Amino acid sequence: MQVLIFLSDFCIPLLLFYMISYGLATKTDIYKEFTEGAKDGFQVTLGILPTLIGLMTGVGMLRASGFLELLAELLAPVAKTLFFPAELVPLVVVKLFSSSAATGLVLDIFKEYGPDSYLGKVTSLICSSTETVLYTMSVYFMAAGVKKTRYTLAGALTATAVGVAVSTILGGMI
Amino acid sequence: MLNYLWGGMILIAVVYGTITGTVKEVGNAAIDSSKEAVELCITMFGVMALWTGVMQIAQASGLTKKFIRLMRPVLRFLFPELPEDSVANDYIASNMLANILGLGWAATPFGLKAMVELQKINVAQGGKKEEASRAMCTFLILNISSLQLIPVNIIAYRSQYGAVNPADIVGPAIIATSVSTLAAVIFVKVTERKERR
Repeated sequence: MQVLIFLSDFCIPLLLFYMISYGLATKTDIYKEFTEGAKDGFQVTLGILPTLIGLMTGVGMLRASGFLELLAELLAPVAKTLFFPAELVPLVVVKLFSSSAATGLVLDIFKEYGPDSYLGKVTSLICSSTETVLYTMSVYFMAAGVKKTRYTLAGALTATAVGVAVSTILGGMI
Repeated sequence: MLNYLWGGMILIAVVYGTITGTVKEVGNAAIDSSKEAVELCITMFGVMALWTGVMQIAQASGLTKKFIRLMRPVLRFLFPELPEDSVANDYIASNMLANILGLGWAATPFGLKAMVELQKINVAQGGKKEEASRAMCTFLILNISSLQLIPVNIIAYRSQYGAVNPADIVGPAIIATSVSTLAAVIFVKVTERKERR
């Protein structure tokens, strides 16, 4: 566990240190580049704002109606046999289809249970270790004009299942 | 897809709210949630701008290029059939690097270009156009396995919702993402061996 805490604490500072010192060593105009790049960050955030408004509203309404609790209750027996928290089943399912809709659910979990709760931690880890399976596949294969995807789906689902399993276990340890 | 998913959420919320008598809360939630999304974006502005700013330094100083070169041996192992001089290598490496650094939105354009290049190689090597080549399957499975080192978005969300230490999931997240990527690599290599028989 000590190693994990060390990684968490040092990863970002070390990365920043390395990038900045590399920039200085190569005589890059680092401050000008930083401010230029930061401008892009605004654009990116602004770009996802409409999606966030739409989906947070959708999930917020679902939560208020009590439907999410009903769903978790219905899924509880299935989830229990898999040793997986029922509250997170909708997240994992939605994450297969749409990353922005999943973001709505993630934020709802953080709000309901707190980001430092067991559910909050597992959610954070799941989001860091899985991707939107079906969305990514359809967009990428469309770009190449491919119709037969062979074993891609099986592989992607395997990786996702492993990611979710490891997240659930690690979430309980930290 | 999102049409039905999003539309469904709102319709179900209203119908279920009406049945269970929580329709007033549903209405309030609609207003509150939209407000909350904007508040969240204010946090995101800071974290995201910091990150894209630093990434710009990495780009300008040539650090990105250096990393892409370092990834060559990895690509050779994963995609043995790709010609050494193909631009597909660079696109794949750029896509992976962007994903590793938590810049998912920057990864997609490279990924799409990589797929187009992989298709060209596929056709040139005599593969069927409508069927995914081995390299395409490998690339997508790895991509979906997620290779994130710093989950920038999640850290911003955690900070917005009051996490004591928003970045404390970075360490375990690295383990989780590495294990899922390792599973992807094993799957790809085992399947390839099976298919060859």
